Amino acid sequence: MAGLLRIIVQRLLLGIVTLFVVSVIIFVAVNALPGDFAEAILGQGATPEAVTAIREQLGLNQNAFTRYFVWLGGVLRGDFGVPLSQALFAGNFGTTATGTEVITVVDQIMPRLRNTLFLAGVSAAIAVPLAVTLGILTALYRNSAFDRSMNVTTLSAISSPEFFIAYVLILFLAVLNPVFPSLSNIFPGMEFSERLNRTMLPALTLTLAVTAQMMRMTRAAIINLLASPYIEMARLKGLSPMRVIVKHALPNALAPIITVIALNLAFLVTGVVVVEVVFVYPGIGQLFVDSVKIRDIPVVQACCLIFAAVYILLNLTADILSIVSNPRLRHPK
Amino acid sequence: MTLLYIIIAAIVLLGVAYAFRMAGQAATSNKPFFRDMPFGVAYGYVLGAVLIVLGVWLFFQPQNVDGVPQAGVMFFRWAVQVFVVFAIAAYLFRLLGRSVGTEGSKKLFRSMPLTAAFGILIIIIYAIVAIFAGAIAPYGQEEVLGAANIVPGGNPAMNGNPEFPLGTDQIGRDILSRLIFGAQNTVGIAFVTTCLAFLIGGSLGFLAATLGGWLDQLLSRAVDALMAIPALIFALLLITIATAWAGSASWQVTIYMILIIAVIDSTRVFRLSRAVGLNIVVMDYIEAAKLRGEGLGYLIFREMLPNAYAPLLAEFGLRFCFVFLTIASLSFLGVGIQPPLADWGTMVRDLAQFINFAAFAPNVALAPLLAAGAIALLTVAVNFVVDWMLHKSSGLKE
Amino acid sequence: MSEPLLKIRGLKIEGRSDETWNPIIKGVDLDLNKGEVIGMIGESGAGKSTIGLASMGFCRDGVRISEGSVVFDGVDLVTASAADKRALLGKRIAYVAQSAAASFNPAHKLIDQHTEGPVQHSVSYRSDSQADGIELYRRLRLPNPDEIGFRYPHQVSGGQLQRAMTAMAMACRPDLIIFDEPTTALDVTTQIEVLASIRDIVEQFDTAAIYITHDLAVVAQMADKIKVLLKGDEVEEADTRTMLSQPQEEYTKSLWAVRSFERPAKPAVATGATPVISVKNVTAAYGTVDVLHDVSFDIHEGRTVAVVGESGSGKSTTARCITGLLPPRIGHIEFDGQQLPLNYRQRDKMQLRQAQMIYQMADTALNPRKTIGETIGRPVEFYLGLKGKEKRAKVDALLEEIELEPTQYFHRLPSELSGGQKQRIGIARALAAEPKFIICDEVTSALDQLVAEGILKLLAKLQDQLGLSYMFITHDLATVRAISDEVVVMKDGVVVEQGEKADMFQPPHHPYTDLLLSSVPEMDPDWLDNLLKERGVDNIGDAAVDKM
Repeated sequence: MAGLLRIIVQRLLLGIVTLFVVSVIIFVAVNALPGDFAEAILGQGATPEAVTAIREQLGLNQNAFTRYFVWLGGVLRGDFGVPLSQALFAGNFGTTATGTEVITVVDQIMPRLRNTLFLAGVSAAIAVPLAVTLGILTALYRNSAFDRSMNVTTLSAISSPEFFIAYVLILFLAVLNPVFPSLSNIFPGMEFSERLNRTMLPALTLTLAVTAQMMRMTRAAIINLLASPYIEMARLKGLSPMRVIVKHALPNALAPIITVIALNLAFLVTGVVVVEVVFVYPGIGQLFVDSVKIRDIPVVQACCLIFAAVYILLNLTADILSIVSNPRLRHPK
Repeated sequence: MTLLYIIIAAIVLLGVAYAFRMAGQAATSNKPFFRDMPFGVAYGYVLGAVLIVLGVWLFFQPQNVDGVPQAGVMFFRWAVQVFVVFAIAAYLFRLLGRSVGTEGSKKLFRSMPLTAAFGILIIIIYAIVAIFAGAIAPYGQEEVLGAANIVPGGNPAMNGNPEFPLGTDQIGRDILSRLIFGAQNTVGIAFVTTCLAFLIGGSLGFLAATLGGWLDQLLSRAVDALMAIPALIFALLLITIATAWAGSASWQVTIYMILIIAVIDSTRVFRLSRAVGLNIVVMDYIEAAKLRGEGLGYLIFREMLPNAYAPLLAEFGLRFCFVFLTIASLSFLGVGIQPPLADWGTMVRDLAQFINFAAFAPNVALAPLLAAGAIALLTVAVNFVVDWMLHKSSGLKE
Repeated sequence: MSEPLLKIRGLKIEGRSDETWNPIIKGVDLDLNKGEVIGMIGESGAGKSTIGLASMGFCRDGVRISEGSVVFDGVDLVTASAADKRALLGKRIAYVAQSAAASFNPAHKLIDQHTEGPVQHSVSYRSDSQADGIELYRRLRLPNPDEIGFRYPHQVSGGQLQRAMTAMAMACRPDLIIFDEPTTALDVTTQIEVLASIRDIVEQFDTAAIYITHDLAVVAQMADKIKVLLKGDEVEEADTRTMLSQPQEEYTKSLWAVRSFERPAKPAVATGATPVISVKNVTAAYGTVDVLHDVSFDIHEGRTVAVVGESGSGKSTTARCITGLLPPRIGHIEFDGQQLPLNYRQRDKMQLRQAQMIYQMADTALNPRKTIGETIGRPVEFYLGLKGKEKRAKVDALLEEIELEPTQYFHRLPSELSGGQKQRIGIARALAAEPKFIICDEVTSALDQLVAEGILKLLAKLQDQLGLSYMFITHDLATVRAISDEVVVMKDGVVVEQGEKADMFQPPHHPYTDLLLSSVPEMDPDWLDNLLKERGVDNIGDAAVDKM
């Protein structure tokens, strides 16, 4: 067991190092801008006051090295700074937009992050059981008409851009048959059932995109497994097909299936961006795209780091779970 | 309520499936096919039959009830008709391939599934359209023709115009022409980007695999770090910076986008070509060539590369799809290919609100779906071909 | 005479490739009585394993029984329902697979997999079956029988797993066991032990068995009668002693004759002659672990030195040191009395050219995308500087030398050749450099016996014509006997013994050499009995190695 623990700790450390490196990459990318950052953003029409305000806000009068650690220190304390839009306002008018407190990046992101996690959670709750079941079924009845039609369907689903799936769903489930609303305006204090109803279309879109990929990978993993000599041995021992699957295939299929799930949930993180824009869903993805368009660097940085962190975390989970479910590592020699 | 009906139907079908198996056993005097059929399989057969019957029923529903178009039926009929036309076209194309061409190509077509034939046909059509867009398109991509919001279909009674078979957009540009030029722009840019990604990732990957040592370590770790950021997110971040850099020149933004996506994608290509390279490097014939005293260039280009074509080609197809979808998504989000270049992602975004008219004017809703469908069709086609190639190469190993 | 236990009539099996069904087995009959052991032998592709599985009514994916019947105790397994077959499999017919390591489920303990059959078939209770399992482990002479079953498969060695699998097959006391090459993946010293325990247990419980193997000497020990197969057809069948002493068919005779090839001894090396290759006190390491310890031997002109040992003994590592792929940590290599640079990168073209290599797996040794002409032509051009017509003439000459028709083979790809032909191309590529010395790394072990013999004869002929020196790496002592002049025996990275072949096959030896030599099965059906008597039951295989 000690060996297993050591491997897991190693992976965790590796994950932290990766996250650190990613933060450096993001920071360097942002600071690779030529000339003065503030002027580049504000353009030539900016007043000198505004430029000065921005410089102070972003700490541009310090060198890059210090700036990085100030930023990283802030991030570690949960402080991602102030959105540029706010800072601009403050620079031009000497006060915050609301006139009271400064709205920080965290204030902007937190509620939206919660919404996005809700959306991702709903999609995953539908997609994972569906994909695993279909994957196992297609693997068991491989090369049947069912398997072939599923193959064509899933390939088509994988190939279609998320917005195509989204609009087709809108067409059939919102416009032609008004089952779900086509716009997902969600606000705090909403009832859960109403919230679920409004989240349904974006969630279904994500589900379709992810299920196809997850199902194909599950199918491949199971087929690979069913071809192994110990499954043949189990059948030659005269065991019932059910027992072969449950007792012999499943314990070994766990690791690959878990990996498939985690990888696809990570993929979901990317898909969320487009889907949120289509359905005007108030999540972090939409905030990210909006901030990209107005070049609100602090928000973009923060969103990017959060996306990367979730992505790394999911991959790490896949890694660790597959290690834990490997009998060779669980019972060392 | 609908849900309840579905559940009841499913339960009824359980009984039907049981009866179906019993009947089959009785009718064939217990042949192994029915005797050893699990219940789940019988259920699957029954379910499939019911779905087919339902589909046929829906297909023959009236398209108009009391002058009101039944949009659901119309869309279903269109979908089925398109599907059938594609299937027939693919079948004819495969037939053609089997009788024309060299011995090798004929043999290839003989073992080809219909999906792959379809894929190749579509890719050829897209390539032709993209290359000769200027000659095919009736109007220019930026040409504003005065008449805005003309409905697709070319039927004057339904607010259409035969001069613009697919209608015009909000500012009066011909949608058909823009779709055709979109092939040139979107596909062309994606193709260039993918080539660039392969040039960078492929050469570095092979170098890392052949040389190993610190170079391999350095490159692999760098790629690991870059791949820890999701591709679309990273692209969005870099494009933000690039737009600040480019200022107001929109063509520069497009160039930066190509470079950014190529670099991000080259990490994936690096991984694959390194893995492929490592598999080849351990082969005895590489050892033999090394011991003969061959140089690095000969090793990579003459010994290794010819054996990596198959997986690299398949990967090229997949990467192309990925790049193509990324660019389409970026354009859809408004930060990809910049106007005035016609491009499918941007077109979908601009035309999206027409979908809401689908219930009473099914034709109108077609425009955005056509642009999105054009994207999907190409990626589906490429994926079909790649799937077949991968299947073939894995089949040969067994 | 009563009805046989297993009766196969007119069995035809087809396999699918490229959407069509091609025959694999073309009508085979078989009768097996209770308690009888039949050996099935044949080269690769003969369909032995397919028949073995079919006698359980089982076909792998893409294979189907097209005709014939497999009647086991009155039940035709070809037409029986899946449920009826399941009731027999595991309970009355059991299977022992070639690779025990892959055939045990990695997720469950050995004993749990052992008791699964009896419990599921309602033959006995779990606790009884467990006790019986431990008893079987004891009878099969597994170390720590009380405890070994509670381990996971990856915690147990290959030879032990193979015996545990035999125990598992025995769990329901079946009437018939199919052994599918159970010892092929094992080293010779381990093989003995598994063979002995399988034979004992089959005799003790009076179980009928089908023993599938490609090794004649093994089948001679195990079977009451032998069936010879060739490409899905039966060649002949007879009881073991008759078959060994008086084979009827040409094919069988040629199989038997392979073992008798032995080239005449060469005159001894003149004292004071400079060896072509001299390995001087070589110690080499992978990472920080030494895998070779102070290895020294000489190879003289026109002679063959066989380097013998089991897997992990350091034979191939020695070859890597000579070629310079693995620079030795201590010591060096001399060629014609001159020291070679340790790393191959520092050797010049002439030095590289003089030592060539032929590989075990002809499949990976030839670039699949290059034609035969390109493969052989490259060293001709690279070393000899020949181009155009001269190059073509040289390649043609080389192809003739390895007995392949030049015009027919020049433009072919490796995938269009058989295993033996590929190996010949490997030889031609080595010859193209016009070397003095060739390393042959297990060149015959992936080939069928008849083909292997052809390769050995070709190598011998080339040596006589060109005065080549060979270093012949092998684990097969029959090959050593056939071709070598001198023998180097290695174990765990150390040279245990070396000398002239004639001396090596005469006692007295180092105890390990002795063990290795005596563990190689011989065609004599009494060989295993005699050996066991000589060694005593507790002193075979692993046990004997451990004692040294």
